[in-house]
Amino acid sequence: MERLAGAVTPVEQRAPGRWQIGTVMRIKQETPRVKSFRISLPMWMPHLPGQHYDVRLTAPDGYRAQRSYSIASTPLDEGEIELTIDLLDGGEVSPYFHDVVIEGDRVEVRGPFASYFVWRGEEPVLLVGGGSGIVPLMAMLRHRRRTMPGLPMRLVYSVRTAADVIYADELGEETMLTYTREPPAGWTGHTGRIDGSLFETAPSIATAFVCGSNSFVEAAAGLLLDAGYAPERIRTERFGPTG
Amino acid sequence: MSGFISRGFQGLRRTPEELKERLPPGQYLERGFPVLTAGPTPEVPLDQWTLRVDGMVAEARQWSWKEFRALPFEQVPCDIHCVTKWSKLGTSFGGVSVDVLLEEAEPLGAYVTAYSYGDYTTNIPVEDVTDGKAWIVTEHEGEPLPREHGGPARLLVPHLYFWKSAKWIAGLRVMDHDEPGFWEANGYHNRGDPWREERYWSD
Repeated sequence: MERLAGAVTPVEQRAPGRWQIGTVMRIKQETPRVKSFRISLPMWMPHLPGQHYDVRLTAPDGYRAQRSYSIASTPLDEGEIELTIDLLDGGEVSPYFHDVVIEGDRVEVRGPFASYFVWRGEEPVLLVGGGSGIVPLMAMLRHRRRTMPGLPMRLVYSVRTAADVIYADELGEETMLTYTREPPAGWTGHTGRIDGSLFETAPSIATAFVCGSNSFVEAAAGLLLDAGYAPERIRTERFGPTG
Repeated sequence: MSGFISRGFQGLRRTPEELKERLPPGQYLERGFPVLTAGPTPEVPLDQWTLRVDGMVAEARQWSWKEFRALPFEQVPCDIHCVTKWSKLGTSFGGVSVDVLLEEAEPLGAYVTAYSYGDYTTNIPVEDVTDGKAWIVTEHEGEPLPREHGGPARLLVPHLYFWKSAKWIAGLRVMDHDEPGFWEANGYHNRGDPWREERYWSD
């Protein structure tokens, strides 16, 4: 009964968890549909890689919309966080960030929250991301680069085409990409949906973090179970429709 | 932080006027039924499925699938609210009232830990699962509950955030004290009332 609960040590809630007004310092267009926002915070708290912030928009008449977004940055970036936001058709908060927000704008946020899908330095660690599911995994990858570059960490990252690769200039030897729609010219790596060939069998993995759409997570978790990963070592985050 | 206005935000997805009162603060209307699960989806064959009521009870009880299906079955029209901000309005489930199950076991404690196949847990006061407020459901909108949504059976406590409605329910353990469940130990609110916006520990 204690499998999930026992696998995770609860942490103290260190964050104020209070709404605060951050300032957008930098915006990076990652792909045609994905932007990253560096936000400086007056009440910044160090987060655990994998945690999220809530964002709240308020219209002049008081109407509000809230969504949760994963943090992409390492907690070593003191005083600021990076949120990477995928543009969702028919959405409300993501189109605002994509079409309205400019550098210097103020945005209301609170966090960091949740302590299940977080990496606390267990090793070796396997990250499996589909599409924008890479965002919380990037916080883990960036944190490992800055703190313990020798720690065994692998990233399996599934994207449609080369134009959809988020953080393309930061992916290194730890990353195995697969292109599900169209690989770039001359690509000799994996193509198509993820399959068992991307994962070691019977591995000595401490934890696997899987993030993406529900169908991606289901497929990836199934492959990991087939490859001999124990279910309690597979943590998943399913990105719902966070428009 | 009252008074803050998001520059240039008008609201693109406002709730239709007639549904406004049914949407708790900070929630938005979702027509689909998103799936959120911590870990892989468990598979529970019906011939191995049981539901238990145990812990601090006068008599621990266990039902097989066949026995469970013979209990009084009711339709439960409801709205559901996920802590990740979406709400689904006007949906329905079919199942057995938790009142029926607890009546047979006679709870002696004031708290319940719902536990699941796959080892998920969530804690709820007994008063939040009695008097027609909670069900063990096996159907969603007239169809067998899909596995990804907790089938064969899940707890349904529609007046609390939906993480309290444990998927793949295996039993209810009556306790004399309150013990945080899985999400409750990982940063989410102990009770989770959407109308009070009890999302996180600090709320």
